[in-house]
Amino acid sequence: MAAASTLKNMALCLSAVCLICSAVVGAAYVVTANPIAEAAQAKTTASIAAVLPAFEGTPEQGNIQVDGVDYTYYKADDAGYAIISTTSGFGGALTLMVGINDDGEIHNTTVLSHSETPGLGAKCTTDEHFMAQFRGFDPDEKSLLVKKDGGDLDAITASTITSRAYAKAVANAVAVYQKLKEGGDDDE
Amino acid sequence: MEYFLIIVSAIFVNNILLAQFLGICPFLGVSNKLSTATGMSGAVCFVITLATVVTYLLNQYLLVPFGLEFLQTISFILVIAALVQMVEIVLKKISPSLYQALGIFLPLITTNCAVLGVAITVVTKDFALGGNAPHMLNLGQATVYAIATALGYGLAMCLFAGLREHLAGCDVPKAFKGLPIAFITVGIMAMAFLGFSGIV
Amino acid sequence: MSKWHFVTDGFVKNNPTFVLVLGMCPTLATTTSALNGLEMGLATMFVLILSNIVISLIAPMVPDKVRIPVYITVIATFVTVLQLLMQAFTPAAYETLGLFIPLIVVNCIVLGRAEGFANKHKVGESALDGIGVGLGFTISLTVIGIVREILGSGSVFGWKFIPGDGILAFVMAPGAFLVMGYLMVLFNKYLAKK
Repeated sequence: MAAASTLKNMALCLSAVCLICSAVVGAAYVVTANPIAEAAQAKTTASIAAVLPAFEGTPEQGNIQVDGVDYTYYKADDAGYAIISTTSGFGGALTLMVGINDDGEIHNTTVLSHSETPGLGAKCTTDEHFMAQFRGFDPDEKSLLVKKDGGDLDAITASTITSRAYAKAVANAVAVYQKLKEGGDDDE
Repeated sequence: MEYFLIIVSAIFVNNILLAQFLGICPFLGVSNKLSTATGMSGAVCFVITLATVVTYLLNQYLLVPFGLEFLQTISFILVIAALVQMVEIVLKKISPSLYQALGIFLPLITTNCAVLGVAITVVTKDFALGGNAPHMLNLGQATVYAIATALGYGLAMCLFAGLREHLAGCDVPKAFKGLPIAFITVGIMAMAFLGFSGIV
Repeated sequence: MSKWHFVTDGFVKNNPTFVLVLGMCPTLATTTSALNGLEMGLATMFVLILSNIVISLIAPMVPDKVRIPVYITVIATFVTVLQLLMQAFTPAAYETLGLFIPLIVVNCIVLGRAEGFANKHKVGESALDGIGVGLGFTISLTVIGIVREILGSGSVFGWKFIPGDGILAFVMAPGAFLVMGYLMVLFNKYLAKK
């Protein structure tokens, strides 16, 4: 039989439940804090390794502001910079990690998160022809725009807006890289 | 301009019911008649707006400063449940007529995932609209987003209730009667709303 | 008296998706592929079993009037624990399911079983009921996921056997409603025959 609904009982019961639940959640948080940090770290490391040539040591994290927007970047010695760049795609934010080597060439790009249409814009994570265009791309020689806008990139079929956003994100990363190079010389 | 984009995006492009699948249960439950559908929409609109503002402030000034973001789920649902109770009590006292119109829907709203869904979305997701750099919404934008989302919910609900009133008089095959034909109708409506995608 | 029926009831007779039509939001939103459906089902099952066990244990001590707040707190606790565990050990699944993990709190199946079953039954029976309803939910989600993945991407669990793009509408929002509607028709037909 349920306990009587007196004020004392109700207050006691609610406080006890809240206390125990907080303890459980707190304990779970403490136990998982490390694995969560490690999982996030592993993901970042894997993305950096994917977009930059092989390097040694741990990449150094930094922040920089370009045109009023904050960017996070990772600097790997002798390899270059991995820059996180976000633009708006067709369905929402499209976040890339762009690896640029010390010669200013794009080594590789990878999508960190997106909300593009499955089967159309979402192909930016699987379309080999589209992604291959960015490997070894030299922004000094070619323009980071889709062909429709007068640039040198083939867009993903039926997903011009996603392709445009992707190209914009890479172009922003290149701008970040140039600013890093200008300012970066004096602390090296 | 940004507010306008938020409104269009929340009502049409990312319609909470037809594109994000939030709040389907009450949607199927009360969309039999247009009058109950409007009542429910009104109540949801009220609660979503209020809940989003309160949880936004709670997150910004209590959870984030103390590094307690992992408590979002549990604290938000408790705040929403308490809020709904309070709204019910206050409404009963100050506006009996409004209470009569919305009252019976209020208890149902605590478990309407649209409310919790919107509250969590505005504090966790970066919004990318109209070529602007993606960013978190500020309080004003979050409020507008909540109102617009609720309007989108109301719109889809009322449109569908209108269709369903007509469906009731149609001769559908036995196995399709009731919910199956309702699902198929919503599917076709969702397809129509897909036409809005990409405009912001 | 066999207790096996507490488990099997959840498959067909009390199937949470096709008969009770509960928890529609995650059902429709996360079934874009068979794997996503399966993951969502298992996540819900985890919360369902634990909350059923705890609620059946504490029900005799809880005053009637504060029943619902207590249940919601218990459920929200397990959901938060699940969120943390998934973030730590299955980050990829946590990212794909996104918003719908915290939303298990308001999944009517979980609160429905707590209120309709666990608070009137013993611990063992409640645990079995949690397993049964959880499995029923998982199976339904996986089936919807399989159908949508075959039609939309021509594959099952990522294994592609139809070349080409598939019918895109089925991985997008309208497909969810349509597949759900037609599967319900088939389910009704099956029940009518029995």
